[in-house]
Amino acid sequence: MPRKEGARKVTGQAQYVDDLKFPGMIYGATVRNQARRGIIRGIRFEPGVAWDEFTIVTAKDVPGKNYVALILNDQPFLADEITAHAEEAVVLIAHPDGYLVEEARRLVRIDVEALPCIDSLQEAIEQKEIIWGDDNILKSYLMNKGDVDRGFAEADIIVEGVYETGAQEQLYIENNGMIAVANPDDGVTVWGSMQCPYYVHKALMPLFGLPPEKIRVIQMETGGGFGGKEEYPSMIAGHAALLAWKSGKPVKLIYDRAEDMTATTKRHPSRTRHRTGVTRDGKLTAMEIDFDIDGGAYATLSAVVLSRGTIHAAGPYSCPNVRIRSRAFATTYPPHGAFRGFGAPQSIFALERQMNKVAAAAGLPAEEFRRRNFLHEGQTTATGQVIREKVDLDDLLFRALELSHYHHHRDTFDRANPTSRLKRGIGFATFMHGAGFTGSGEVALASVVTAEATRDGKVRILTASTEIGQGTNTIFSQIAAEALGIDYSLIELAQPDTASVPNSGPTVASRTVMVVGKLVEAACVGLKLMLLSSGLLKELYTSEEFSSAASDYIDRIGPLRASGEYKPPPNVFWNDETYQGDAYGAYAWAVYVAIVTVDPVTYEVRVDDVVAMQEVGKVIHPVLAMGQIEGGIAQAIGFALYERVAWKNGRMANGQMTNYIMPTSADLPPIRVFFAENPYAYGPSGAKGIGELPMDGVAPAILNAIEHATGVEFNQIPLVPELVMEGLVGQRHALPEAKHAR
Amino acid sequence: MRSHVPAYELRAARDLPQALSMLSEGLRPIAGGTDVMVLFEAGKLAHKKWVSIREISELRSIDIMPEHVTLGALTTYTDIRRSAILAAEFPLMRAAAALTGGIATQNRGTIGGNIVNASPAADTPPALLVYDAEVELVSSRTSRWVEYRHFHQGYKTMDMAGDELLTRIRLPRRFSDWKHFYRKVGTRRAQAISKVCFAGLRSGDQTRVALGSVAPVPIFLENSDLSAIAPIDDVRSTARYRMQVAKNLMEEFLNVTA
Amino acid sequence: MRVKVNGVERSIDAPPMSRLLDVLREDLRLTGVKEGCGEGECGACSVLIDGELTNSCLVPLLQAEDASITTIEGVAQDGKLNAVQQAFLDHGGAQCGICTPGMILAAMALIQEHPDPTLEQIQEGLAGNLCRCTGYMRIFEAVVQAVRR
Repeated sequence: MPRKEGARKVTGQAQYVDDLKFPGMIYGATVRNQARRGIIRGIRFEPGVAWDEFTIVTAKDVPGKNYVALILNDQPFLADEITAHAEEAVVLIAHPDGYLVEEARRLVRIDVEALPCIDSLQEAIEQKEIIWGDDNILKSYLMNKGDVDRGFAEADIIVEGVYETGAQEQLYIENNGMIAVANPDDGVTVWGSMQCPYYVHKALMPLFGLPPEKIRVIQMETGGGFGGKEEYPSMIAGHAALLAWKSGKPVKLIYDRAEDMTATTKRHPSRTRHRTGVTRDGKLTAMEIDFDIDGGAYATLSAVVLSRGTIHAAGPYSCPNVRIRSRAFATTYPPHGAFRGFGAPQSIFALERQMNKVAAAAGLPAEEFRRRNFLHEGQTTATGQVIREKVDLDDLLFRALELSHYHHHRDTFDRANPTSRLKRGIGFATFMHGAGFTGSGEVALASVVTAEATRDGKVRILTASTEIGQGTNTIFSQIAAEALGIDYSLIELAQPDTASVPNSGPTVASRTVMVVGKLVEAACVGLKLMLLSSGLLKELYTSEEFSSAASDYIDRIGPLRASGEYKPPPNVFWNDETYQGDAYGAYAWAVYVAIVTVDPVTYEVRVDDVVAMQEVGKVIHPVLAMGQIEGGIAQAIGFALYERVAWKNGRMANGQMTNYIMPTSADLPPIRVFFAENPYAYGPSGAKGIGELPMDGVAPAILNAIEHATGVEFNQIPLVPELVMEGLVGQRHALPEAKHAR
Repeated sequence: MRSHVPAYELRAARDLPQALSMLSEGLRPIAGGTDVMVLFEAGKLAHKKWVSIREISELRSIDIMPEHVTLGALTTYTDIRRSAILAAEFPLMRAAAALTGGIATQNRGTIGGNIVNASPAADTPPALLVYDAEVELVSSRTSRWVEYRHFHQGYKTMDMAGDELLTRIRLPRRFSDWKHFYRKVGTRRAQAISKVCFAGLRSGDQTRVALGSVAPVPIFLENSDLSAIAPIDDVRSTARYRMQVAKNLMEEFLNVTA
Repeated sequence: MRVKVNGVERSIDAPPMSRLLDVLREDLRLTGVKEGCGEGECGACSVLIDGELTNSCLVPLLQAEDASITTIEGVAQDGKLNAVQQAFLDHGGAQCGICTPGMILAAMALIQEHPDPTLEQIQEGLAGNLCRCTGYMRIFEAVVQAVRR
């Protein structure tokens, strides 16, 4: 099926927020803290523009509550007496002349009396200063399975390792932006680039002290999100609306690239310490994992990122004794947030590097070590979840290694590397990714989708799930068409507008097809049954007959509309206190293989080939599914080798596309994607979620390949050439820290 | 767009004398715009009065003379890539042009603009240095040729007066039977600012080496001696990396051209 | 000032140093031309000027005078998609769509220069157009298929 909104996109007619222009619209800009953490002593407006022509908003102008409603509600829309980090929003200005607004922005001075800062995870842990709560800890988890101390006592070999990942910028090509119209009588309406209209809706209510029906949020065509537009749009929507409220005019607030990069959220940096015990046969007896992430100055989504990273930290292995201690720390940086994978890429990077290290210590090839420890049906994960599906990681591994000619390349490279100028290596990672919200999260979301027939005989799907490039419109149309037994062309997707679509939950967590798609199916089945039982349509019908029957129904009887509401799969038990039980309804399973070339002259690493093998339940739309995997792998290659955030004075110093390095078409290898299917009973047509999966396995596969190529152990990403140089010139050799337990 | 656009003046020069007259009035020249407009967008373009020289067709040419090949300052990277004479006798020019930006940048960016923007990381200057280039500087009153080796005097300072325009670049035709080596080490394969840029020529025992991104200016190495370079840490890379890679490239250059 | 856009002469009253990107989007309401970075890195603002691929964020209006500019809005003829547009549609070349207008113009310029491009030429020709969604595979396929047509 062609992409539902594809024609608009290839002709330039798709409407993104910056393409809209309203009569009387004025332009907003955000004035940000140019210092770091401190006490705001004053705000000065220097001469140079006619300030009386400007709308000016500070924290004092907030009609309701000055916090962005999310989880802990600790982040203000506008800093008031204290500013917690560099680039925090303090003042909003607006004017009809967009050029003049920029001139004015330069003339606002915020005087900040410095307070001590926390510059790193290490400083946060050491409590060099308390900047959040009592101990700088935004959230922590302790997960226990079995008895890890006994497990280590039983181990013949114990291996330790420390692994680090850096921040990563989502770098959607469309910058964040919002347009708002707001006044006390009519309420607030915003249009913008976003993933979650109801998150924005929820955040605007307390800001203005208005009830739900007075807030309206409309998603425009959105040029990429990847998590970077999960929560941050609430902040911009609030800012645009505050300016609109005060000025009485429509306000357009669009970030340029520099502002988007320096002020909005990034992937949480992480540090993971592994301690693993195995028998001399390479069977896991104990896994102890300390997983720490850097949350930035406010809590925002850190608790949930930490949660997912924690649950994924021990991977697709069967180990009787596991202890995972995880913490999210506050630091003096702009808060970090959601980015595809959401904690899992960080903890899986550490795990898959550690597993290779343990394999080497046990004297086993990496693939054999995995085989001896893979989860099978009937075994339990680290949270004690019993695997109730036929997971066949051995088969995925076998096929991935075959498709990548793994053994052949390994031998060839081993023989050639000692005398060849370029060093080549091949490595892999095995992993899983749970789709949907954790545990009872989906029950709490209580998502709804509505299907309604239109007067001209079409069926419109009403859902808050957004199209952000991943194919929501197309897949939902396909599911609806199949459920209704009518032509794809008769399906419409309503623009996500909180005034007219029900809350289907956020467009995150790889849940859109697997969870919400099922509701689309249910709503359509409901609508079909309504029509059939009305007698206006017989059992076997054509698309045309359906259309005219639907039309008839509306004329004669009334609205033809049905909804699907979320029902949890049976036998899913989750304990939020102990973090035990069925963490996710379904896991996708994968093995990714990477081939690299390392240039010892320039220390550059080039990825030559990626083979991505995954079992995803059912592939509903091959082109869209391939597109998701390929795009995710490209981002993950960036995460592994290129995308370094340079921090200076508490802010991103390389906030331009020239200096934040995303791979171009010339940098990426052919990406070869393969699917296996094993239908998930509760996903539409058996589908599991796949959007985030490709982010997890690429970085460790690449670093495993680099270790093969060079013989040097690298354990941090992004592994830029400067770091490769330190390793090669220093000639450090990877000696597994093998100790005998007895 | 962080500049107050209406505050900027831009006029077009029809020909060289008009351009030079405007320069002596204090306007600055803009050619392809690929450097000036980036500063403009970032709100960092201090100078407010500009003259577009892009329409002066006499400045866009590649002329072949018996002793020299002369490029007009408005020669674009795309022009350089398409030139048969440069491919035959000055292949490092083509190599550098192909690695500068992407196709859109190459269509618009000019060699003159690249030189006077004076970025230490520029890709073509090391090639110009090993090819012993000279540049012509012209004002309403004067006209002179300067050895390109002496043109850059310090970070963003050049042997060029405010009313002078760089009009031509002259390359002596004496290197076609030398061995040519060029390596740009950037942050990625395409569209990258270089971290180290190495241009080398060799004929028997004679070598000519120039580097970019390892000093405040593109630097020609006397006696091909690397001790002259002084790389720094910046947002793209580190001094240690640049130093080590420069050494490695020198070794590779000598091996490959042996 | 007069510019010719998609075959039509248009009269613009804007400061001479205005970015062509802003003139196209705001004055002429050709919002298919996108701003992704403002620094000539992402190519979302790509247009054809006298047939040459150019980043419109780096062109001052004055330099566009009397030039012939093609934006994405000028590509389809009488509502009929050209081969590149159709191929992008058929082969998943567009996901979020923000890079798509520039990418399509870059592909058109590439095919003009190399009517039967190798994969390497395609990679190079599109290297100035960043896509964060696709990983480029479907885009390369779309270009190959467009050439076949």
